[in-house]
Amino acid sequence: MFPKGTKRKFSDSGEEPVCSGDQGPSASPAAARTLSSSYSLQRQSLLDMSLIKLQLCHMLVEPNLCRSVLIANTVRQIQEEMTQDGTWQIMTQALAAAQCPADRLVATEVLCRQTDAAAQAGQSPKPFPVSGLEEGYHSEEVVMDGDVEAEVTMSSLSPVSPQLSSASYLPGPFGMAPCWEEEEEDGDCEEDEEEDSEESVSEEEESEPDHLRADSRTGEQVFGTFEIKHPAPPPDPALEELFSDVDPSYYDLDTVLTGMQSTPKMGPYDLLESLSSHAPTALSSSSSCRSDLNELDHIMEIIVGS
Amino acid sequence: MKCFSRYLPYLFRPPSTILSSTCHTEADIISTVEFNSTGELLATGDKGGRVVVFQREQESKTQPHRRGEYNVYSTFQSHEPEFDYLKSLEIEEKINKIKWLPQQNAAYFLLSTNDKTVKLWKISERDKRPEGYNLKDEDGRFRDPSTITSLRVPVLQPMDLMVEATARRVFSNAHTYHINSISVNSDLQTFISTDDLRVNLWNLEITDRSFNIVDIKPANMEELTEVITSAEFHPQQCHTFAYSSSKGSIRLCDMRQAALCDKHCKYFEEPEDPSTRSFFSEIISSISDVKFSHNGRYLMTRDYLTVKVWDLQMENKPLETYQVHDYLRGKLCSLYENDCIFDKFECVWNGSDSVIMTGSYNNFFRMFDRNTKRDVTLEASRENSKPRAILKPRKVCVGGKRRKDEISVDSLDFSKKILHTTWHPHENIIAVAATNNLYIFQDKVN
Repeated sequence: MFPKGTKRKFSDSGEEPVCSGDQGPSASPAAARTLSSSYSLQRQSLLDMSLIKLQLCHMLVEPNLCRSVLIANTVRQIQEEMTQDGTWQIMTQALAAAQCPADRLVATEVLCRQTDAAAQAGQSPKPFPVSGLEEGYHSEEVVMDGDVEAEVTMSSLSPVSPQLSSASYLPGPFGMAPCWEEEEEDGDCEEDEEEDSEESVSEEEESEPDHLRADSRTGEQVFGTFEIKHPAPPPDPALEELFSDVDPSYYDLDTVLTGMQSTPKMGPYDLLESLSSHAPTALSSSSSCRSDLNELDHIMEIIVGS
Repeated sequence: MKCFSRYLPYLFRPPSTILSSTCHTEADIISTVEFNSTGELLATGDKGGRVVVFQREQESKTQPHRRGEYNVYSTFQSHEPEFDYLKSLEIEEKINKIKWLPQQNAAYFLLSTNDKTVKLWKISERDKRPEGYNLKDEDGRFRDPSTITSLRVPVLQPMDLMVEATARRVFSNAHTYHINSISVNSDLQTFISTDDLRVNLWNLEITDRSFNIVDIKPANMEELTEVITSAEFHPQQCHTFAYSSSKGSIRLCDMRQAALCDKHCKYFEEPEDPSTRSFFSEIISSISDVKFSHNGRYLMTRDYLTVKVWDLQMENKPLETYQVHDYLRGKLCSLYENDCIFDKFECVWNGSDSVIMTGSYNNFFRMFDRNTKRDVTLEASRENSKPRAILKPRKVCVGGKRRKDEISVDSLDFSKKILHTTWHPHENIIAVAATNNLYIFQDKVN
C-alpha cells in the first residue's frame, strides 16, 4: 500500500515515538524511502491532532494567532511530506473510491474556500477561489489529478457524532481568521526536501443544506474543516482515545457561535433552535445541554452589557 | 556558585477574589512581573486585570532583618474585560506586560497592557490633606455663607499615607491582533507596542495617534507563516529596536532609515541543525522573549528548549546557547498534545549582564552564569522553601538510576510553569511568578 524505497532512519524504533524528533536526515530522496507503518501512523495522528487543534479554538476569546500559525505550519509540513511520499495521493484515491459522502468523515484542507452556490450543490473536482473579502482573494494554481475527486478524507479519524461545521476561527472583519495556503507557489517552503513537485490539493466541502453553514462560510476563511456526517464503520481505537474526553456538545457550541458570528440577526432563541436541529445525535445528556445554555446566557449577558 | 549559595525566600500570595463563577483562582494567575529601574518597586499583573505594586522596606536599625522585604504598596484594577461587538469576541483583561517609566518626580509611572489597550498609570502618594475650608464643614457639608463671620486659610494637615493610582493615558484602538509586548524608549518620550503582525510607535503624551513602524501582515492572509512574538527598544540607542519571530529569527531595525522599518538592519538566525529536525522543529524554535543586555551589546532570546545570547555584531549564530530543559526533547509530541509546547517563557538578565535566568516546569527556574559557565536549577514552591532558608539546587534525572534528591522527567508537573521572572536592576534579588504565587528571593552574602 505504501510506496517502496529504502527505510527511513529510526523509523522502526518502536519505543520512541517518531514524531518526537528522532528522524533521520531528510536528505534521502523521496523515492528511496519506505514508510514504516508506525511512522506513518504517528505522522497521521499528528496531522489529525493538529487539525483538531486548529478547529477547537476558544470560543469567547480570539484565538492565539501565533499558536494557529505554528500549528498550520506543522500541518503543511506533514502534508508536504505525505505528498512527496505519495501517501497523500493514496489516501485521496482510497477515500474517493469509498464514495457515499453521507457515510464518510470528510476533512477538507483549505486553500481557498469556495462559497459559490454551485459548488455547494455538488462535488466538483475544480478548486475554487475564495470568496471576495476585504483582503482580496488569491486564486491559486492547482495541480489536480484528472479523475481524483477533490476531497481528502481522514478515514482514520474516529468520528464524533454531532456535526461539526466550518469555522476553526471566528473570523473578524479584518480577515483575522487566516486561510492557509497548502504550499507556496514559488516553492519557498523551507521544509521542502529536494522534491519540488508542488502538488496542492484543493478541497471543497461537502454541500450542506444547513443555512448556518452557508452563512458561516461567507466572509470567512477557514483552514482544516472537519465535516463529520456519520460514523465511519471502523473507528480507530487510538484516535478514539484522542476524542474520548471531547465533549460532543462542545462542537455544537462551536456551530452555534459560528452561526452567531456570521448571522448577528439571530437571537439567542434562534440559536438554541438551530443547536437542537443541527446536531441530531448530540445533547444526549441534559447536563451538557444545560452547560451550553449557561454558556449562551453568559454570552448574551456580555452582549447586553450587564 | 558563590553568588547563589543563599537565598531567602519571601512568599506572597495576593488575596484571591472571586471574579468569575467558574474559576475563582484563575484571575489570580500572575501574568507579568517587573522591577522598576531602581528596584524599589515591583509590579505584578494578573489574569484578572489587576496590578499589584510592592515597595521595598527601607533599612531600619531596629529591624535589620526586615531590610529588603517587599510589601504591598498599591493595588488597582488596570484593565476590565471588554467585548468586541464587531467580532463578537471577548477581550481579556489579562495584563500581558508592565513596563515602568524611569522616575522623574515624586510619582511613579508604569505602562500596563492587555491584548488591545495600553494604559499609562500614575501612582502617587498622598499624606496630607487640606483642612479648614471656609465654605465646607469638616465632614464635607456646605456651610451657609450667611453664617460665616470670619475667613481662614486652609492648612495642610498630615493624614495616613494613601497611595492612589490614576490612569493618565489610554492608548487604544491601534491593534487588530493581540499585544504581546511593550517597550519604553530610552528617550522617555516614546514607546512601542507590538502585536502578532505589527509594531506601533507611540508618544507618551499623544493617545489618539500612533505610527506603524513594522507591518509583516501579508497582502493575503493565506500566506501568513510567521508572526512577531516580541519587540524591545535598545537600552541606549533610541532609534534601534529588535523584534523576534515565530520562526526563530530576530531583526534589528533602525528607525532612522525609513518610516516603515520593514527592512531590517541586522538579521539574526541560527541555521537549523538537520540532525535534530522534526515536525516540531519550527515550533520549538519560535522565540518567546527577546531582551537586550543592560550594556546594549547583547541580545538574549528564549525559545522552547534553550536560551541564546547573541552578539549584536554577529548575525549568523548566537554567542552562547544554554539548554534549559533538553530532557523535554524526547517528549515534544506529548507536549504538543497538551499545548505545553506553546508556552511562552521569559528570560532576564541580571544587573551586570553576567547571569541570565529563565523559567521551566515543575516550578523550576534556571540560572546560567555566563562567566563561569555554571548553572543551577532552583524551585519555587512553598513545600521546599521555608522563610530564610537556603534554596537547594534541584536536578532532573534524565535516565537510568534516579538519585535520592533527583526528580525524574515523568514526574514533572507541567501545570506548574514559571513563565515570568524579573531581576532587580542592581542587586541579587529576583521575583518569580509561579501560577498565582509570587516568590521573591534575595541573596544575602555575609
